[in-house]
Amino acid sequence: MSCTGKRHILEIDELSVSFYQYENDHSSRQVELPVISRLSVSVHEGEIVAVVGSSGSGKSLLAHAILGMLPYNARVSGQMYFDGELLTAEKMKELRGNKIAFVPQSTTYLDPLMKVGEQVSQGRKNAARRQRQRSLFARYGLEKDVDNKYPFECSGGMTRRVLLTSALMDEPELIIADEPTPGMDLALAKKSMEDFRIFADEGHGVLLITHDIELALEVADRVAVFYAGTTIEEAPVADFASEETLRHPYTKALWRAMPQNGFVPLPGVQPYVKDMPQGCPFGPRCSMYSEKCQGDIPMQRVGCATVRCVQYKGEPLAVEAHHIHGETAPAPHHTKT
Amino acid sequence: MKHNLLFAGKNFIRMILLLAAVSVATFALVSASPIDPLQANVGQAALGSMSEAQKEKLRSYWGVDEPPVQRYLNWAKDALRGDFGTSLLYRQPVTSVIAVKLSNSLFLLVIAWIISGLLGFLLGVIAGVFRGRPADRLVKGYCLVIASTPAFWLALLLLLIFSVWLKVLPIGLSVPIGMEASGVTFLDRVRHAILPALTLSITGISNVALHTREKMIDIMESDYVLFAQARGEKAGSIVRRHALRNVLLPALTLQFASISEIIGGSVLVEQVFSYPGLGQAAVAAGTGSDVPLLMGITLITAAIVFLGNFIANLLYGVVDPRIRKGGRRT
Ligand SMILES: Nc1ncnc2c1ncn2[C@@H]1O[C@H](COP(=O)(O)OP(=O)(O)OP(=O)(O)O)[C@@H](O)[C@H]1O
Ligand code: SF4
Ligand SMILES: [Mg+2]
Repeated sequence: MSCTGKRHILEIDELSVSFYQYENDHSSRQVELPVISRLSVSVHEGEIVAVVGSSGSGKSLLAHAILGMLPYNARVSGQMYFDGELLTAEKMKELRGNKIAFVPQSTTYLDPLMKVGEQVSQGRKNAARRQRQRSLFARYGLEKDVDNKYPFECSGGMTRRVLLTSALMDEPELIIADEPTPGMDLALAKKSMEDFRIFADEGHGVLLITHDIELALEVADRVAVFYAGTTIEEAPVADFASEETLRHPYTKALWRAMPQNGFVPLPGVQPYVKDMPQGCPFGPRCSMYSEKCQGDIPMQRVGCATVRCVQYKGEPLAVEAHHIHGETAPAPHHTKT
Repeated sequence: MKHNLLFAGKNFIRMILLLAAVSVATFALVSASPIDPLQANVGQAALGSMSEAQKEKLRSYWGVDEPPVQRYLNWAKDALRGDFGTSLLYRQPVTSVIAVKLSNSLFLLVIAWIISGLLGFLLGVIAGVFRGRPADRLVKGYCLVIASTPAFWLALLLLLIFSVWLKVLPIGLSVPIGMEASGVTFLDRVRHAILPALTLSITGISNVALHTREKMIDIMESDYVLFAQARGEKAGSIVRRHALRNVLLPALTLQFASISEIIGGSVLVEQVFSYPGLGQAAVAAGTGSDVPLLMGITLITAAIVFLGNFIANLLYGVVDPRIRKGGRRT
């Protein structure tokens, strides 16, 4: 599987998500709006995988797709595996809140009419859960009176902490955190990242969604870079040490845009789904653009990383072949060549 | 506390202004009405055979010999002192006519209000939770059919079925015909109120159910319900813990706001069932140019509707923590 040879906790293979919408207010014709196309990403045990990408690149939708939280007008294709097992809708229902915990992106994910303490502990009656909720709150500097506050009474930073503690309530295998730190003060953001580290080191996995590439490089083991609804590169953090060790032109541009690396902004904007270019979505902004970039560009494995760019020749990602074996003889510790 | 007093005070002033406006509007409308009260109440033939002096007496009785503004001011002066005049048709003080009619109507209105509120809420919640499934389609179908059925037509239909064909319920009135008031039992009253209350409820349910369904669908698609699902909460627990809590507030407002619709509906329904309530009295007063009675009825109904909305606002403040704790009223 990966260079580390570790067990896959989550594996997403060629996930595509599109929305069906009416063309306009007066039309009864539906159009398909592809928002995620053939996205692949994986999380191994002991790993924090950061998903970085600019706003609108599909980071939250990925999280929602994994958790089966997409709206009814969404169509999903592709495979997802959890612990080597195909993740069906049924399976997901079993896993969520149990093996998979989610930290959502915004305050609107809290019930406006329920006190946050009760919300996190999911009920008033279970004393053990109440106690666990209280100690988690205390750990994140949420005083006792916060238990009885309604979401509207909490500041942005407090809400983040409440959402974060909700994911730590149970003992999941995987935490999917969608932008957990904005609004938290630095010390608490650090603490939450430390907690993720401890959690991962216990043999679990974290999918950390963020647009803060510096934070990602600080805590993650691997980074998956999103662009216009797909992964364009997935690489170990070590590869971000220099521009040369990175592969995709967009990742390189992100690297150059970091303050310590020259702060060179990349001109242009990420295309919106409605006017996606043919072939490589990064094409219009890429200095290496050539005719070859107009076709279909598969994700390829190059060394310990994967990349979606015609400049690289590697092996194709073959997840399915591997998992067909995994299903007949479910082996939690499988390795891939 | 201070805040609440301010709120109550503001609303009281608002109500006074509203009632004043309603009284002016009603008066203006009656004055502009083409119905000649003398002809309408005395009859063309009788009027023709009367002497001028007799007619003059009648004119002053029906108040047609004074300019409307003057009449309104006279009425308002008395009303402010609590004297709403005497009903021209019933020849009794307006307040006592209204008291009798209102108590008849209240019986109906309250039953219909509670039934349509509870059932409508229940059906709306079920439809919203099971959106797109058979239960939802059933409720939606019912609501759409009822919403496009005129209330009086439904009333006639029920009358035909239960009173004419099955003969299980009385045709009209609020008490058995020709019975002494003292001989009327509670059961009699109930039997007479069943059909009109049923009509009002059936029509009322559809409105409440459709609105509740809308809200419920919004809630079931809300981020917090999604998050609860993502945390492994089961459908039943989500409905109980999150959805009901959030749908209750809009439902409450809707319930109090629906008072006006029930009262509006009762005018027609009482007419069909000859149920001697406020609605029927309003029609009689309107067509018979009984200005004092009409004024009294419009004022009392406006006040009831206003109070309904006021109570809804108060309850909102009690139930919704965002208002209770934040002191924000929108
Ligand atoms: N329900 C929807 N219907 C149609 N398009 C949608 C819907 N939800 C999201 N999108 C589109 O999908 C794209 C990806 O959205 P997403 O929320 O995943 O972005 P993101 O990477 O999380 O951005 P951010 O960093 O701002 O949170 C956006 O272009 C958005 O407009
Ligand atoms: S595929 Fe072509 S356009 Fe896309 S990143 Fe690679 S070189 Fe640039
Ligand atoms: Mg997002």
